[in-house]
Amino acid sequence: MPADSYKFEAKNVSRVFGTGKKQVTAVKNVSFSIKDRSIISLVGESGCGKTVLAKMLLRLETPTSGDLFFNGKPIAAEADPREHWRQVQAVFQDPFSAFNQFFTIRAQLKSSFNLFKQKPSEAEMEERVDQALLNVNIKPREIDGKYPFELSGGQMQRMLLARIFILRPQVLIADEPTSMVDACSRANILEYLMKLKAELDMTIVFVTHDIGLAYFVSDAIYIMHKGEIVEQGPPDQVTQTPTNEVTKQLLADIPNVHHDWLGREPPVRKKIA
Amino acid sequence: MKLFKGLLKSPGFLLGAGLFLLTLILAFVVPLFMNVDTETRVGLAYMPPSAQHWLGTDHMGVDMLSMLIAGLRSSLEVGFMAGTIATVLGTLIGVYGGYKGGLIDDILTLGTNLFLVIPSLIVLILLSTSLEEGRSLFLIALFIGCTAWTWSARAVRAQASSLRARDHVNLARINGYSTLGIVMLHILPYLLSYIFMVFILQTAAGILTEASISMLGLGPYDSVSLGKILFDAKASEALTDGAWWAFVPAMVLITVVVFALFVVNTAMEGIFNPRLRK
Amino acid sequence: MAVLEVEDLRVHYLTRFGDKIQAVDGVTFSLEEGEILGIAGESGCGKTTLVSGCLGLYIPPLHLTSGDVRINGESIARMSMDENRKKVLGQKVAMIPQGALNSLNPTRKIKDMASDMILSHDETVDPKTIYERLRERFDRIGLDSVEVLNSYPVQLPAGTKQRVVIGISTLLNPKVVIADEPTSALDVTTQKAVIRLLFELMDERIISSMIFITHELPLLRHVSSSIAVMYAGQFVEVGTTEQVIFDGRMPYTRALMGSMLSAEPGQRDKKPFAIEGAPPNLGKPIRGCRFAERCPVVQPDCSSTTQELRIVRDRQVRCKYAS
Repeated sequence: MPADSYKFEAKNVSRVFGTGKKQVTAVKNVSFSIKDRSIISLVGESGCGKTVLAKMLLRLETPTSGDLFFNGKPIAAEADPREHWRQVQAVFQDPFSAFNQFFTIRAQLKSSFNLFKQKPSEAEMEERVDQALLNVNIKPREIDGKYPFELSGGQMQRMLLARIFILRPQVLIADEPTSMVDACSRANILEYLMKLKAELDMTIVFVTHDIGLAYFVSDAIYIMHKGEIVEQGPPDQVTQTPTNEVTKQLLADIPNVHHDWLGREPPVRKKIA
Repeated sequence: MKLFKGLLKSPGFLLGAGLFLLTLILAFVVPLFMNVDTETRVGLAYMPPSAQHWLGTDHMGVDMLSMLIAGLRSSLEVGFMAGTIATVLGTLIGVYGGYKGGLIDDILTLGTNLFLVIPSLIVLILLSTSLEEGRSLFLIALFIGCTAWTWSARAVRAQASSLRARDHVNLARINGYSTLGIVMLHILPYLLSYIFMVFILQTAAGILTEASISMLGLGPYDSVSLGKILFDAKASEALTDGAWWAFVPAMVLITVVVFALFVVNTAMEGIFNPRLRK
Repeated sequence: MAVLEVEDLRVHYLTRFGDKIQAVDGVTFSLEEGEILGIAGESGCGKTTLVSGCLGLYIPPLHLTSGDVRINGESIARMSMDENRKKVLGQKVAMIPQGALNSLNPTRKIKDMASDMILSHDETVDPKTIYERLRERFDRIGLDSVEVLNSYPVQLPAGTKQRVVIGISTLLNPKVVIADEPTSALDVTTQKAVIRLLFELMDERIISSMIFITHELPLLRHVSSSIAVMYAGQFVEVGTTEQVIFDGRMPYTRALMGSMLSAEPGQRDKKPFAIEGAPPNLGKPIRGCRFAERCPVVQPDCSSTTQELRIVRDRQVRCKYAS
């Protein structure tokens, strides 16, 4: 396949923190190719390096070795990182810590326009913010003058998505977008993400520890462990026919209502009524 | 915000703020109603308290109460100025290094540590002695501020550094904000309550430092200060003469002011620091 | 006889600004010897307050509004804190707290914290006996007792720390253990090990009954024999594990189950259940069903009639229309 139909390409990318004895290798020699317009998930337990890798794709961290390409060109080729952020954006895990507690939500959504080469007029900015809010099922007048702590977690998570509707990037890095959202709202978030993908023809990179979520949304899953990608492939392949021991262990350890997980019954059964 | 309500309910805050308010009134409001005269000799040196002069006279025969009030005002002014200078300098250096990290942070930390290691009192003594004539209140405050900033810098730097990793800062970065923009909008607001507490402590420290310098006779030439009153008491051997009004009131005032500020600071920490709130 | 009986328990707490939040609003259940009851609920449903309530720990701003909690027939709800600490906490009922990893004092060695637990029950035990007891117990739960007892928390990995916390909490062989989200901060492999450990403790009769609280229903499938689903301070469905998970009657239960994503073939086509809105504010009195605002099958009179927990055939449900 010609190189530029890959959104991202990595060749032996590593990220090392610290020096000498206290050195930590967060990402170790990873290589992959992410196809344009696909959804991939980086799956692994905390500490496996998935967040650091995602930050490198987001240009918030730089690799200490190896080559990382975006749209066929080295990721740092463009000196102004703002150009990268016009095309690659993110939603974060904790919607409350992702926003500044001192400014209103509306003001913070408008601050996204800072990224534009040419800032639109005041009226147009207001209009676009309103439109973005409607896209995530929030009535614009409902959040007027409100600060982040006045809204619920589910609503704040939708604000992060509304921001993406404003910025319209080609790529979205979603770092555990549903882990801090209560179960009932989870599906909503996923629905908005799929809506975004369809409307903007985006490439999405999910970062998650939940393999069920990864299975549901992805075209490809990368299993990470201790900084390395130990397995990659389409969801069915990774979950049904895993080849790596880590993957197998992960699948066996995830509690699932349908299969025998623990290998034994709880001590006593009881009737209720 | 709602935190201020909690502050007003805290007994420590009320005690400290109340005491400090009293000293402010004594230093700035009382002179409007009372005749504060630090020039006229009204009697002999170290005359004991009487009906006309509640705290007697000082080593020059001037009304001690007037001297105390004037001294208190100077001490408060110096403390405030020194505190402001130390806090502003320290915050600028601390926030910049803390946020930027890397090489800049290393250089600034090295500089801060160098300054920290220099014994500030000795520097102040040297500076003061070198300036025989021109030692004004303002200059003293400037010297103190320029040697005390290191503590604020370290404290603020640690806070700024921990804020750097927060998600809202990352969001601001991918919104294309510059370093200055991020520091002003996303780091400083979160540090304001902390910086204010630092300022209170720096003011208290400034008052104490000025008192120390003045007690060594290196205080301001052009005005009275509480430390100077103590210096004069020592120089005139008021202690051996049993003239307690020569030094006890001055010491009490210094103690009360500094104590009040410390208590306010502790109360604020209890309210502002979420970990202590539990 | 039931080991733990909770009768119409209502617990509230007072916020800094004077509001009264009725976090637990009428919970009744009983725990038999040898039973594991699972409580499923999301953050804000009142489960953590319920834990404090069951332990008899009413420390301001938490207050008992009304109701009773009995352990082996003895009421503990109105005991003074001193009496509670001496006679109940740790011995009759113990808690494994949420975020257990952070509940270990970083400046003390494990053996010191563990000794405190023993000394709180009986001040006269001598250090040598204490140490031997600790060693025996820690060995029994699969830890290298000598190494672990003499370490500081920071020297131990997360999985070991969790074991230590469980070990210390169950040191006095409490009859009832309440585990509040004991596995939420752990990776899946450690999670499994922790649950296995809890089962071993039950097998060996070190603990006899357990309440396991979590928002992850799949865990409860393998852990509990019965499940109570909690929402907005009340139980909304109580039944056996199979009933609640595979045949939930209450719309909220179904929503919880439906929102699970699992890595099974064929799951990609199933659209997960989505519900708008958020749980109600418990600072104000609520009329009618607390789920009515968000219920996908809400009926006209749901918001006006208070729903009681009734027995519908083989389980308890708090919904007029569940059948």
